[in-house]
Amino acid sequence: METYLGEKQQASQWSPYINNGGSCLAVAGDDFAVIASDTRMSLGYSIKTRYSTKYLKITEKCSIVSSGMQADIFTLHKVLKSRAQIYEQKHGKPMSTDAVAKLVSRLLYYRRFFPYYTFNIVAGIDDEGVGCVFSYDAIGTLERVKYSASGSGSSLIEPVLDNQVALKNRNDIKKEDFKLTKEYAIDLVKDAITSAGERDIYTGDFVEISVIDINGTHEEKFELRFD
Amino acid sequence: MFRTQYDSDISIYSPEGRLYQIEYAMQAVAQGSTALGLKSKTHAVVVTLMRSSDELSSHQRKIFKVDGHMGIAISGLTADARVLLKFMRNETLHHKFVYGSDLPTGEVVSSLAMKSQRNTQRWGRRPYGVGLLVIGYDGGKTHLYQTSPSGNCFSYYAQAIGSRSQSARTYLEKNFKEFPELGLEELVLHGVKALKESSGKETLTKLNVGIAVVGKEQKFEILKPNKVQTYLDQILQTEGEIEIENENENEKDQEAETLELKLD
Repeated sequence: METYLGEKQQASQWSPYINNGGSCLAVAGDDFAVIASDTRMSLGYSIKTRYSTKYLKITEKCSIVSSGMQADIFTLHKVLKSRAQIYEQKHGKPMSTDAVAKLVSRLLYYRRFFPYYTFNIVAGIDDEGVGCVFSYDAIGTLERVKYSASGSGSSLIEPVLDNQVALKNRNDIKKEDFKLTKEYAIDLVKDAITSAGERDIYTGDFVEISVIDINGTHEEKFELRFD
Repeated sequence: MFRTQYDSDISIYSPEGRLYQIEYAMQAVAQGSTALGLKSKTHAVVVTLMRSSDELSSHQRKIFKVDGHMGIAISGLTADARVLLKFMRNETLHHKFVYGSDLPTGEVVSSLAMKSQRNTQRWGRRPYGVGLLVIGYDGGKTHLYQTSPSGNCFSYYAQAIGSRSQSARTYLEKNFKEFPELGLEELVLHGVKALKESSGKETLTKLNVGIAVVGKEQKFEILKPNKVQTYLDQILQTEGEIEIENENENEKDQEAETLELKLD
């Protein structure tokens, strides 16, 4: 609709998507992976709930965290859980982490023309016992990486991981001298998401953190700021 | 009496009001090796005898997991069992996906019964030649059901199906009144003892005995062979003890020593 000055006035269009905020991250080591997400669900400047899980354990060796729209996260996780059970019934053993990663990619691309508004990270132990992290975009672009962050706090967390895990832009330590231990990674993940909670309004309340290694998955929960 | 005249099709009744094809299908179940189930207030257990056709082949599996809270033991045509298993897995998974809870055992058994009945009344189809013992834990209760090719399903305190199952059933009938209050270990022991009644000349080993349990705070689990062996050992030990009791008091110690040597 044009006014006499030639401006276009745009009527606001209904969108099927909303962003419920939140941050997720994962770090892979030589024989373990650490994965974490906050639990705050927001809408605009309000908090809808302080505890809404973004984390799903798929197998003893593999988990997923997702940020974005809670409805799509919930549905995607439901579908994934069912698909993992079907796989286990058909093949008599749980899905490998590589298989889960590929499946997530396919599930997302299946909705190429009405995507799941989810930004996922899959982490776990691969068939050789090496830690792995897979990161995605909304339509299933898959990349295996050493670490990843997604969600509203990702721009705060990713640079920290670049510096502390990949040792980028550091003059004080050489790559050969650095070994990423499990304790270091857990502390780093905890600190990173806590720091994101300090500045990002959509990150806070609780964090679900889980450590995956050859012995299985160990889950923990701790508090963040409630403001 | 009228068998040969009225048994050629599922859709033909005999003058006595029987459907012989269904009864023949139930014979297929009776040909399979023994499978038995029993339950207490907190746990339900199935115990099976797995046959192997010859020394070179593996033992035929008879216990399958349907969902975390439910499993089956089969007797009869394994191929038919696989179809029913797929159906049950689908139903339970669908329910979990849509409603977020475990599908009650009774409901899936009812659906199974309906499905089995359909095959007794359709041209060109035949009844499923397999009987299932379904055990499950939901709604705070344990369940044990038997389904048969006829489409009938019943709930049981304890039941045995397959060849030579009558001996096991007799044992279960004698002992079932004490089952409700038993713990898991004793319940499984009763199951293995009942299986021993039907095993005939076959020796029970950890390779041909299958045991699965489900119950309160116990997801459906098929026991590993080493765990099965511990129960078999306990049965052997108990038998040894009975032998000692029957011996003369004076010769008790001597016999015990001799027995120990035998067990070695």
